[in-house]
Amino acid sequence: MRAMRVEMTVNGSGRDHDVEPRTLLVQYLREACGLTGTKVGCDTSSCGACTVLVDGESVKSCTMLAAQADGASITTIEGLARNGEQHPVQRAFHEQHGLQCGFCTAGMVLAAVSFLEENSNPTEREVRLGLEGNLCRCTGYHNIVQAVLAAAGSSEGGA
Amino acid sequence: MIPAAFDYERADSADAAVALLAEHGDEAKLLAGGMSLLPLMKLRLSVPSVIVDVGRLRDLQYVRDAGDHIAIGALTRHRELETNALLRDECGMLRAVAAEVGDNQVRHRGTIGGSVAHGDAASDLPAALLALEATFVARGPGGERELAAGEFFTGFLETALAPDELLTEIRVPKTGANGFSYQKFNRRAQDWAIVGALAVQVGGSTRVALVNMGATPLRARGVEEALAAGAPVADASARAAEGTDPPEDLNADVEYREHLARVLTRRALEAAGA
Repeated sequence: MRAMRVEMTVNGSGRDHDVEPRTLLVQYLREACGLTGTKVGCDTSSCGACTVLVDGESVKSCTMLAAQADGASITTIEGLARNGEQHPVQRAFHEQHGLQCGFCTAGMVLAAVSFLEENSNPTEREVRLGLEGNLCRCTGYHNIVQAVLAAAGSSEGGA
Repeated sequence: MIPAAFDYERADSADAAVALLAEHGDEAKLLAGGMSLLPLMKLRLSVPSVIVDVGRLRDLQYVRDAGDHIAIGALTRHRELETNALLRDECGMLRAVAAEVGDNQVRHRGTIGGSVAHGDAASDLPAALLALEATFVARGPGGERELAAGEFFTGFLETALAPDELLTEIRVPKTGANGFSYQKFNRRAQDWAIVGALAVQVGGSTRVALVNMGATPLRARGVEEALAAGAPVADASARAAEGTDPPEDLNADVEYREHLARVLTRRALEAAGA
């Protein structure tokens, strides 16, 4: 099958690679770009561990082709901090201890960033619904929800 | 899990997509948001040799007031439907059902046309469009044709779309902001419905559709007939499982699904004000 050129902006930097058309976005980010903060959990678009932002919106990168992201702007967990300052959602996860083993965390944080962009003042129920696409196998949801609520209270904006 | 190898073509217009389908025939598959197709390809249940990506056709992303109906571009994403003010006021049920699809990440990518063309009886939108008696517009090499939702879903993951046709538009009636309910029953919030029941009031009558109660989305005709004859909701909803052929899986056997259909239909009718 013909290889194809894909170009995208990843965490603010231009990237371009020749890939097989069947290359998944998560593979592209981890293997071509070397950004392994994005995790592959279930690989069936259920768990949300692979969540990244595509043009600012949360997407499960295991269920998107790199080819579909051609020309897009991608934000992974590595690109959230600014000048060494954690993103408000990252800070809130730290302060509220919104993680246990940490495997779901990158996806949770990016799903939360996207969710708060769409709903900057959510109720607890809205946070829980907003994160329905992200599973925590440690079942550490309580502190994750508290972290997102804390970030909403303190947030100076999104990504 | 990685899909089997394929060639990738990106269509820059609806006509270009139709031409690519004509060129590649049965080997080609249209890719919209990919929320249904890519999981099947990763499991190698679908192994197209050519993917025609129509996901960027901006001119098929719209929700418009078309006078006596609302016209929706086939590549409109669930997120747009979920947040669209025109849809909220004029066809509130479709807005509400779109908000029940998958999760945020899925709704950011998935499209109404992709869901319709995939034709999954366990999906939310096909049953909603069946209840609304939506009209689907398909474009093929010979031009456009209209298909009624009632004739569209022909079998398990099968529709009346021809292999060389692209779904371009979905037309729904103006049913108003209220007078509907969707009762979706699942174990985890993001999952497909184990069973779902939709009720919507349209022009003085009540329509009921069922999710995951057969190979295709189904109308609960027995319930509708009973209501039209003046039966109370409790009696009418007792007929919800008539004519269904529900699947059996780890979540539920046939008897349990039939029970759910009756209970959820009653709840939907009560909430819809039938």
